[in-house]
Amino acid sequence: MNDSIFVHDHPTTPPALPTDIPAECLRQAPLNLPNAAELDVLRHYTRLSQKNFAIDTQFYPLGSCTMKYNPRIAHAMASLPGFARLHPDTPAPAMQGLLQVLWELQEWLAAATGMAAVSLTPAAGAQGELAGVAMIRAYHQSRGDHGRNKMLIPTAAHGTNPASAQMAGFEVIEIPNLADGDLDMAALDAHLGPDVAGIMLTNPSTLGVFERRIAEIAQHVHAAGGLLYYDGANLNAILGRVQPGQMGFDVMHLNLHKTFATPHGGGGPGAGAVAVQARLQPFLPLPTVHKEGPGTLRWLSELDVPQSIGRLSAHGGNIGVLLRAHAYMRRLGRAGVRRVSAYAALNANYLLKELQRVGYQAAFPQRRASHEFILSVSDLHKATGIRALDVAKRLLDFGIHAPTIYFPQLVPECLLIEPTETESKATLDRFVAVMAQIRQEALEQPELLREAPHHLPVGRLDEALAARRLDVAALS
Amino acid sequence: MPYIPHDPEETAAMLAAIGVESIDDLFDEIPSRLQAQDLDLPEGLSEMALRRELEDRAMANSSLRCFAGGGAYAHHIPALVWDIAARGEFYSAYTPYQPEASQGTLQVLYEYQSFITRLTALEISNASLYDGASGLAEACLMALRIRGSDQSILVPENLLPSWRRVLDSVLGLQNIRLISVPYDTTTGLLQLPEDANAAALIVPQINAFGLLEPVDALTDWAHARGLLSIAVVNPLSLAILKAPGDWGQQGADIAVGEGQPLGIPLTGGGPYFGFLACRKAHARQLPGRLVAKTVDGQGREGYCLTLQAREQHIRRGKATSNICTNQGLMVTAATIHMATLGSQGLQEAAMTCHARASRLRALLEALPGITFPYAGAFFHEWVVRLPKDAVFVRDTLLKQGLLAGIPLSEWGEGASGDLLVCTTELLEESDLLTYREAMRSMLEAQ
Repeated sequence: MNDSIFVHDHPTTPPALPTDIPAECLRQAPLNLPNAAELDVLRHYTRLSQKNFAIDTQFYPLGSCTMKYNPRIAHAMASLPGFARLHPDTPAPAMQGLLQVLWELQEWLAAATGMAAVSLTPAAGAQGELAGVAMIRAYHQSRGDHGRNKMLIPTAAHGTNPASAQMAGFEVIEIPNLADGDLDMAALDAHLGPDVAGIMLTNPSTLGVFERRIAEIAQHVHAAGGLLYYDGANLNAILGRVQPGQMGFDVMHLNLHKTFATPHGGGGPGAGAVAVQARLQPFLPLPTVHKEGPGTLRWLSELDVPQSIGRLSAHGGNIGVLLRAHAYMRRLGRAGVRRVSAYAALNANYLLKELQRVGYQAAFPQRRASHEFILSVSDLHKATGIRALDVAKRLLDFGIHAPTIYFPQLVPECLLIEPTETESKATLDRFVAVMAQIRQEALEQPELLREAPHHLPVGRLDEALAARRLDVAALS
Repeated sequence: MPYIPHDPEETAAMLAAIGVESIDDLFDEIPSRLQAQDLDLPEGLSEMALRRELEDRAMANSSLRCFAGGGAYAHHIPALVWDIAARGEFYSAYTPYQPEASQGTLQVLYEYQSFITRLTALEISNASLYDGASGLAEACLMALRIRGSDQSILVPENLLPSWRRVLDSVLGLQNIRLISVPYDTTTGLLQLPEDANAAALIVPQINAFGLLEPVDALTDWAHARGLLSIAVVNPLSLAILKAPGDWGQQGADIAVGEGQPLGIPLTGGGPYFGFLACRKAHARQLPGRLVAKTVDGQGREGYCLTLQAREQHIRRGKATSNICTNQGLMVTAATIHMATLGSQGLQEAAMTCHARASRLRALLEALPGITFPYAGAFFHEWVVRLPKDAVFVRDTLLKQGLLAGIPLSEWGEGASGDLLVCTTELLEESDLLTYREAMRSMLEAQ
């Protein structure tokens, strides 16, 4: 049944509007939202929820997105009234409990990344990137080094990297990767110079392999006066084992909604905390939490940190998400944090091996998988015309979310697969069996894939029609 | 091992299948000198110990009756709103890039967009932005793209100062000029210059002092000079206040605001969500995600993301914004909240907020030494001028379980006795009387 909330409307008479507000300020046409019975509302949205895939119901091998289990205790803790009812303008002495949690999270994230200081305020990875490149800009300018207007970014980087650099006023220069997945050092060296502000890197890279010459890259970039930005999207691969600070990175963001198990919520809210080396600390976005002594925590403001790049949102960022990340880290502790990357790598390398065994081709077969890996179905495409998209859509029929496809763009017909550490061997084995069956179907009944999915509320949608008609709101 | 399901036999079998001896071998491509030993983190806790520790922390925050607003408002949220929003199928779902597996989230977003267009009387709403303040920065960038040539924006000085700071940080990166427009210190209302060269004028309705601006005149002023009008609005207030699409002769061009009053808990400042609506003509300059209705191969109705060519994962450095996420879960809650209240419930809530504000103001007017610096109409928030330092008063009333408001001196505005006070439907007559009595004894004390 294709239900709409609007069919449940019971028309009502709008109330008389206040008489002590000038008429020209008052609403003209009555507000036209449906007035539905509570039970109808409850059923409508419960039914809609059942049309979703979610981690709580399906396996989500979605590369670069780290769809791990979102522990329910984290949600319960963030929902405690003592946190949920706290107004942002509550004076610091009346919110010491919250400030203590946020201060601890700052400290723990600094320890986990090998950085000197952290600001938790960015609302998402992309806002963290923007804050990070803005700090790079502010750093150079504070030294009177005004000519550095270029940002180097690998061709295979996440799309947010060039978009954030551009938003911070940088010109983007793309650096290619070599056939083995590592960065092209010769191309890097050719671009380094007094006009380069820095480089934005993900390590392990978006190709699912560790950038082995990272120390050399850091040395070259630093020697040329540039800084290194670490995109934390793939931090799950090395959490507790390799610290970005140790690799030579100066500034980074963390995707708490990936590595630290906070929910994706159907597309947000995330949290994109930024961490920096000491020389960038004066530029961190505000507010941050400062501990003067036990029970005397407070927010830092522009008066304390005059060189800060400023504020990215009206208050302290996505605090409810930060509470969840804090609960997750506290539950795991030192040993548990280190196990994250260990078992993420175990699951990824096992899955890669098993999928190769059933006939799939790895994009970088000579390399270890990190926490994720890339398959290419170019061979199937040549043999049958089947594309990565068709494999992805067919997976949905088996109750498995599609992997990331066509990213990174430089590997043709690619699937980027990330199982995460929270999936069991049994789940991985079932995935392998389904993938084997799909491969068989591709060779024997390719139309089964081309027309997939068959068992979901809708089949493939006409996206061209969607853009042409642009029906983006129910007309009143 | 919390949240890791492997038993030792399974781990051994997986290592054997890979062909390595140990998990450490899986990291053999990483130079060993880069591999850290022990991190400086505390030991892990059981779920039971974790709950106890965090319940203590939550209790260490004072439980206060809230008379503070300033962009974040304490409202009643029906129980079913977060019961449904926190269902795992919404809570733990990914961004709806696979529409066939995300029809739930996509239809919720379509309904959300429908509700926002109705509240604002504009044609298109995106699927949300991070928060109101960053949403306003995006709205300014959008106006600059539409206008093309002018690289400046008129920003009222009676816009919330935290929002102004966000504009400074985000727009400052692109060398966009923010031209301050002063307010009249006797009325608290915007004072427009004769003329201005800029892409847009920001019109805050309600302004930072809680006052209602003459939005028709402001919008017409902007349009007469070739500027776009960017409305900054409180979504709950739109249940009774004029919708931005109806402002002036032609209506505002873009409406943006903080979505928190629509079912989002305060949680110390976030996560909230920003909403942004505009005219259809400007759809291709809209930042953020957008959901459209369409059909599948069998003609069945369905929903998908659309106009994705604007976004960073396609256009990369040439995208309309670097934004990748929206605030999906917050918008899910807001949609359920709006559907639960309906237009009737939203209007009742808005009317009650306003009635409480009028009532509390009348109660305080009778106290000696208290004045109200601005006489204009308000929605649910106003400035009171106390004969004592407002920070001192606020801090003293904390001990009586009241968050009395926001001292304007903390913003660097107004007189030292100025306190911004807000009332919502959560406050009952007894709370208003308690507030008056607390204020009376405060003022009588030497």
